[in-house]
Amino acid sequence: MSSKSQDVEALLAQKYRHGFVTDIESDSLPPGLDESVVAAISKKKNEPRFLLEWRLKAFRHWQTMKEPGWAHVHYKPIDYQDISYYSAPRPPANAPKSIDEVDPKLLATYAKLGIPLHERARLAGVAVDAVFDSVSVATTFKEKLGKAGVIFCSFSDAVRDHPGLIERYLGSVVPPGDNFFAALNSAVFSDGSFVYVPPGVRCPMELSTYFRINAAKTGQFERTLIIAAEAASVSYLEGCTAPMRDENQLHAAVVELVALDNAQIKYSTVQNWYPGDENGLGGIFNFVTKRGECRGHNSKISWTQVETGSAITWKYPSCVLKGDNSVGEFYSVAVANNYQQADTGTKMIHIGRNTRSTIVSKGISAGHAENTYRGLVKILPSAAGARNFTQCDSLLMGPKCAAHTFPYMEVKNSTATVEHEASTSKIGEDQLFYCLQRGISAEDAVNMIVSGFCKVVFKELPMEFAVEAQNLLSVSLEGAVG
Amino acid sequence: MKITDLSARVGGKNILNGINLEVHAGEVHAIMGPNGSGKSTLAQVLAGREDYEVTGGSVSFEGLDLLAMPPEERARAGLFLGFQYPVEIPGVNNVYLLKAALNAKRKAAGEPEVDAYEFLTLIRQKMKVMQMSESFLTRGVNEGFSGGEKKRNEVLQMLILEPKLAILDETDSGLDIDALKVVSAGVNSLRSPKRAVVLVTHYQRLLDYVVPDRVHVLSGGRILKSGDAALAHELEQRGYDWVLETRVA
Repeated sequence: MSSKSQDVEALLAQKYRHGFVTDIESDSLPPGLDESVVAAISKKKNEPRFLLEWRLKAFRHWQTMKEPGWAHVHYKPIDYQDISYYSAPRPPANAPKSIDEVDPKLLATYAKLGIPLHERARLAGVAVDAVFDSVSVATTFKEKLGKAGVIFCSFSDAVRDHPGLIERYLGSVVPPGDNFFAALNSAVFSDGSFVYVPPGVRCPMELSTYFRINAAKTGQFERTLIIAAEAASVSYLEGCTAPMRDENQLHAAVVELVALDNAQIKYSTVQNWYPGDENGLGGIFNFVTKRGECRGHNSKISWTQVETGSAITWKYPSCVLKGDNSVGEFYSVAVANNYQQADTGTKMIHIGRNTRSTIVSKGISAGHAENTYRGLVKILPSAAGARNFTQCDSLLMGPKCAAHTFPYMEVKNSTATVEHEASTSKIGEDQLFYCLQRGISAEDAVNMIVSGFCKVVFKELPMEFAVEAQNLLSVSLEGAVG
Repeated sequence: MKITDLSARVGGKNILNGINLEVHAGEVHAIMGPNGSGKSTLAQVLAGREDYEVTGGSVSFEGLDLLAMPPEERARAGLFLGFQYPVEIPGVNNVYLLKAALNAKRKAAGEPEVDAYEFLTLIRQKMKVMQMSESFLTRGVNEGFSGGEKKRNEVLQMLILEPKLAILDETDSGLDIDALKVVSAGVNSLRSPKRAVVLVTHYQRLLDYVVPDRVHVLSGGRILKSGDAALAHELEQRGYDWVLETRVA
């Protein structure tokens, strides 16, 4: 290969910027997993009886299951007895007392990512309420949401305050025995988020982790449940570019969405967990189950994800289109660099009549990375008039990475229409040289070309998030040049 | 710009074999020659394409050692290459690229970034010169452009960036007569005592509209003959063989 493609590689050989460690004393259970651990987690959280039973049932089921081996990823076996399943932070004693004590480089990175000031402080481990009036911030948004009747709280709070809703909806989209990692999560999940939007209510603000100050540190097995009742709508932003503070590497979350008649849920993720170093050491195994059910007619669920982090990503945000005329969407940008492996995609299960789904997947591979799109479009006999459009594009940067596409289709109704388009392209040396000749730096040029490739997906993100996603790409592609 | 004894090869094959050429501010030069004579290679080498290996000689540009500079610095110093085959960059807005290019140049010169309104006014004005439609503002870089549109876009970029030295690599090829006139008018509008233009072309046709001060015939990686605009006419009538034969004789 010519020296130009080595330049591209050099650009990509950048370091993870969020991989700092913050010393926080925590209240942890010793490593190991058995029924007593599950019971201990439930007890620590003062959970009602039904939830303990639910966890134990999931745990017993999990013990009978095998870790899935079908994904196009490779890793050493995980020792599930060597993981601590509960870790709650104690108030930090030696954390920075004010934002002035935080490493200015770190703050500069947050500024680049466009993270709001109070959020930067929180991420850096500053005792927020010592500096910022977080109580009033929290109160302002809680009041606003409360007036609209929207419930937005940590999962633990929801279990305490709204056990009826939890009992009714928990596991109704992703059953506890759905898959190996979902079963594990169901047994040991520590916290997460809960959203309920009552009938006819448009949630008056974007719900995001920025505002959820009370649940600043959730575990590696978090659980999210969002319910949009009849004609309700909500947009939820997840993730952000939080630093890695977890001691362990396995991250197995479950997200369930329920949309009733005429309801809409938009769920956006920007995932930037620690991807491991340039030799493939360390990093997060991001084994996540996300599924939404369009339970009511004319309902709509839309997933948008920008995945740049994690050593291994195993994730298929899916839509079960049960209600007639319901709509499912999946827009994804997945970046895999160095030795990262991503096996991600979606499932669109068409059950109701005239259900529609759209899949747009953009995979970017660089370094030695393996990037796989895996998608299923399933049209059941009941789904007369169902339609799907799928577009999968892959961009390769450098000679040693790989992209794979596994689109599965099962069509059992002859009135359905299914379209699939796919492309693979290399980041052109011609494109790069063209930009350089116009005086644009190699770094800016690569960012520009990659952003152009991802544009259709970024358009789906809420505005502030689109900016953050774009910045994140810039930061993650920032390299030796310049 | 002064090129001294420049030699270069690509893929182990010698393409340029000792080029000597001086281009002064205010001049327009035309480099002509048959296919495979090294015209495009010369343009690419000057712009800094790394696939081309310089094996000898030197190039000084405004007192700078051009060959020691990376391509983006050459561009910022005022060297512009109008590409023979402008590349498409899907999803990247035309205006965005152009603004980034202008700002990179201004930044290098220690000037402030261009104001968005000011820039839009500038680009609209230059688009008028190039007779380009408004839709150009919202499209991706060369995305779905016809051959003629791509060439106009190159000249538009040149007009915005106002280079000290513009090298136009077969910007006239594939243009119909109307488009050729528009492109020529664009090039002529840039002519000034402070700027120089090098036209790389096969045909004399362009030179009817952009009259050169000097014409050079390139063959086998060397300049075989130089003259004024009349040389181009002579070439048109007698073909390149005439020059090659004269050389041998």
